[in-house]
Amino acid sequence: MKNVKRTYEQDMEGDGIHSLQKVIEPRRNEGSCTVKYFLIGVSVLFLFIMLFLPLMVVAANALKEGWRVYKENVLDEYTVKALKLTLLAAVTAVTTNTVFGIFASFLLSKYNFRGRQLLASLIDLPFSISPVIAGLVFILTFGNIGWMGGFLKANHIKIVFAVPGVLLGTIFVTLPFVFRELFPVMNAAGKDEEEAAALMGAGGFTIFRKITFPHIKWALLYGMVLCTARAMGEFGAVSVISGHLRGKTNTLPLQVEILYNEFNTTAAFSVSSILVILAVLILIVKSFVERKRK
Amino acid sequence: MEQQIVKVKNNRGIKVIPGFGISMFVTLGMLGCFVLVPLASLFLSVDALSFWEFREIVTSRQAVSGYAVSLSCAFLAAMINAVFGMLLAWVLVRYEFPGKRLMDGLIELPFALPTSVAGISLTYLYSDQGWIGGLAAKMGIKIAYTRIGITIAMVFVGIPFVVRAVQPVLEKLDRQYEEAAVMLGAGRIYIFFRVILPEVFPALLAGFGLAFARGIGEYGSVVFIAGNIPYKTQIAPLLIMMKLEQYKYADAAAIALVLLILSFLLMLAINSIQIYMQRFYKS
Repeated sequence: MKNVKRTYEQDMEGDGIHSLQKVIEPRRNEGSCTVKYFLIGVSVLFLFIMLFLPLMVVAANALKEGWRVYKENVLDEYTVKALKLTLLAAVTAVTTNTVFGIFASFLLSKYNFRGRQLLASLIDLPFSISPVIAGLVFILTFGNIGWMGGFLKANHIKIVFAVPGVLLGTIFVTLPFVFRELFPVMNAAGKDEEEAAALMGAGGFTIFRKITFPHIKWALLYGMVLCTARAMGEFGAVSVISGHLRGKTNTLPLQVEILYNEFNTTAAFSVSSILVILAVLILIVKSFVERKRK
Repeated sequence: MEQQIVKVKNNRGIKVIPGFGISMFVTLGMLGCFVLVPLASLFLSVDALSFWEFREIVTSRQAVSGYAVSLSCAFLAAMINAVFGMLLAWVLVRYEFPGKRLMDGLIELPFALPTSVAGISLTYLYSDQGWIGGLAAKMGIKIAYTRIGITIAMVFVGIPFVVRAVQPVLEKLDRQYEEAAVMLGAGRIYIFFRVILPEVFPALLAGFGLAFARGIGEYGSVVFIAGNIPYKTQIAPLLIMMKLEQYKYADAAAIALVLLILSFLLMLAINSIQIYMQRFYKS
């Protein structure tokens, strides 16, 4: 060890270090710096135009008529009702999808059975389906013309153009989110630990709580955050299925559309600003969870 | 995702870990209730139409132009996203600069922002009186209410898919190969196309596919900026919406079915290219 060090020091004194440096250090020439700043510049410009300016548009137009009007718009009766429904939809979707995500990823990563591949692709299905089609299928099932329609009408249950429909539409489009985050983590953890616990006599719930859960807790939280973001912002599916009943089945994104179509743009952008704030909050939570995970 | 499933035959057929039955029951039950059964109604509704009626609806001038607008704009947007997504992922992985964390966090904005909010703010930004639209109008380019506007909205919603698909692969990429290539005297562009791109390509393609699929189905952010001029800027999801408003449920279902089939064929094509490429590089 000492011997090596001495040689290194000798090198430091002599010319050897320079030739060594040339080999070890990556090329640092003027060109690489220019390319770096050019690429960073292009990315920043792209993000500024595509993502940042739309936010500025929301802020500028929401406050166009001053704070007082803004406050009025935000505290409007229908806006508050829409906010409540949006939050309800988000909570329902996240709860449902967490339960689904845990069971589905546990099933697909810990057991072997025929048709796993097929089941995995079926779970991903809502990702490649247009939200409008997601709304449409519920109308075709539960609406007056749907095959369940007669039964529901006879029992006075309303799903389409009512709150349950809004919830169902939101659940549909967000179904794979938690699963998508959990499955790779559970799969990578393998099933040896669970099998050992089972052979020692632990029950299913104990195994999950003591062994599987500690592996997946941050991934689970991350999936839930993503699911919340998507659920609060869902527009297409909910737009089809809600029937746009003010104060009843309107979520915030729908309220934005209605106000905009009434040419009440300041109010539309004021309501949008609530959603922008929620989105930014979610992104902050997301990056926090992401850092914890690493 | 599919490749991560390791196929191991359980010879004895014994499930060691308890809870298989309930996991299977809950998974299939929820998937069935929330996704599969409602989707089946789509086929049921289309089934009520005769073949000729179905053909007439889906080949009507309006429907065909709707598919064409959705597909062409989504394709162009996905191409733009592939280029800029690759660039953003590269900058985020390889360079250190102030504000990088903020930039990384901002990427997911289109995902967290409701599409209707994105739609109206993009429309304001790119309309003739808007900040960017005004500039473009002076140069004689109309953005809002044309296909350019539709494409921009689709770029907006699709960008996180490409960046988040490419980023992890780029992070894992061993720099030894690049260093070796530098040693052997390869130029920068040559290294990018011959060393880095082949490694990243499957992920890039996956991101492209997701952005493309999202673009085809996108409704909220596009519908405001599109202007919905018949045969010109009507996207396919809007046609479904219009048929629904006219209570033509079977027509809506028929158009939806064709749109579904189109996007499935697309995903199938992209998946097969991916599988083919993986085999090609392994051998």
